[in-house]
Amino acid sequence: MKTVRIANGQAFWGDSPAAPIAQVRGGDIDYLTLDYLAEITMSVLRKQYERDPDAGYARDFVDLMSEIMQECIERDIKVIANAGGVNPQGCAQALLDVAASKGISGLRVGVVTGDDIMAQLDGMVGEGVPLQNLDTGQSFEEVRDRIASANAHLGAEPITRALADGANVVITGRCTDPGLVLGPLVHEFGWRWDDWDLLAAGTVAGHTIECGAQASGGNFQGGWREMGDLAHVGYPIVEVSADGTFVVTKHPGTGGAVTTATVTEQLLYELGDPATYLSPEVTADFTALEVQEVGRDRVEVTGARGRPPTDSLKVSMAYSDGFQGSAMITYAWPDALAKAELADSILRTRLEGLDLRLRAIRTDLVGYDSVHGPVIPSEGSDPAEVVLRVSIWADDPGTVSRFAAEIAPLVMGPPGFTGLLAGGRMRPSRVMAYWPTLIPKSVVDPQVIVRDGV
Amino acid sequence: MRLIDVAHARSGDKGDSVNIGLIARDRSDYPLLVREVTAERVAHHFAGVCLGEVKRYELPNLGALNFILSSALGGGGTTSLRVDAQGKAMGEALLFMEIDV
Repeated sequence: MKTVRIANGQAFWGDSPAAPIAQVRGGDIDYLTLDYLAEITMSVLRKQYERDPDAGYARDFVDLMSEIMQECIERDIKVIANAGGVNPQGCAQALLDVAASKGISGLRVGVVTGDDIMAQLDGMVGEGVPLQNLDTGQSFEEVRDRIASANAHLGAEPITRALADGANVVITGRCTDPGLVLGPLVHEFGWRWDDWDLLAAGTVAGHTIECGAQASGGNFQGGWREMGDLAHVGYPIVEVSADGTFVVTKHPGTGGAVTTATVTEQLLYELGDPATYLSPEVTADFTALEVQEVGRDRVEVTGARGRPPTDSLKVSMAYSDGFQGSAMITYAWPDALAKAELADSILRTRLEGLDLRLRAIRTDLVGYDSVHGPVIPSEGSDPAEVVLRVSIWADDPGTVSRFAAEIAPLVMGPPGFTGLLAGGRMRPSRVMAYWPTLIPKSVVDPQVIVRDGV
Repeated sequence: MRLIDVAHARSGDKGDSVNIGLIARDRSDYPLLVREVTAERVAHHFAGVCLGEVKRYELPNLGALNFILSSALGGGGTTSLRVDAQGKAMGEALLFMEIDV
């Protein structure tokens, strides 16, 4: 029975550069999927693109492909990546340039566009699309003039078009993470767009591996000590059958583990209502999934159910929302905690005297209660050291800089100020905030272009 | 007994909300989780941290419960001043909860 082996080699931009190479060289796979986009990555890429019209995509992806392109083409491993950012065509051109300069033949790049809806926002507002914040219900008017990027989450369908046209590398802009996996499955098995249970199975398979090694021993709360060689953790692979059943596994000889527990933790990751997992192609239901160990580092997942999707597409926007800064000072025994608290009180008294306009200020005692807060009490402990962390958020960078100037003088406060953890004086960093919303599917028209190398 | 003796957990963020997947180490302990770890008790456990409501979903097929804690990340995502801005450790905070066996 035919199975399709789909690997994940990158869970976020900045994930292990070695992981995708290990996925290609560690054994047989049919597809390598790579996820580069976090919530606000597009706004960063758009800034790069405005400075340089040849930029605006994940340059790391091009560096990676320069290393593995030849092998992938020779072994017929297709690569699907949302590395295109705000300039998928530029990303494709960079790949074609790599192929040309290295004399690699046979590259055929599919480019998916149409996710970038910046230019359509005014029109949508005019037509009465509310674009309100999906989480908070806030009105779009509050942020409209500060929007830095706006991208619809396209799904698997345009990827299948690129594959049908013979692409061996598919580059998208914003695309759902599971779509990177569902696309190849629909292409390989000829699933119909109303085979709801199959589309749900492919979506669950995508969800299982989209966060990389989180399915195979990384960030595993249930037994991290038993995960073996995490320095060489194996990234996950799904072996999917035509009936939607799939086995999660990893290459032999790698670290980590694939067990029912590691897979279950990942199935629950960032899950909302388990009966209603939304995607552009299908609404998937996790409540009848069965997870079963069928061999060493082999876990079978069955029972996905699906129903028709909604008429909406999710949109991720980013908008500029002031400046933040954070200072950290270490105090040590005796009375580390009391010293940190006194320094914080001195700092706040001085800030009050300056009459700065702050949107928020927060004090944390790192090493004492900064993570679990009141949920896991630290009262009564006498830590040998405590890091005082004070963070602020303001509308303008000048306010953050003025706050920063008050940190070093705390050396004249309680004894034992052991220097600033973050190095020199803190610099204001611009905050890009996230604005999720929904739009009607009909507004977006994904385009696919396939380009040949030499 | 604390939850950590019978369950494991993973948490993640969605905007200003956190989801916590709580999984029975032994499938036979799932009914215990259903009985003891109610949405009300989770809200009480995270008092002062979760400022909104707590929703609970049951997944008997996975021996797991999924909790959504709203208004729990100080604004969430890229604007939160919290050390744990994405609630990555909140699953482990839940495991500190005392339960009756």
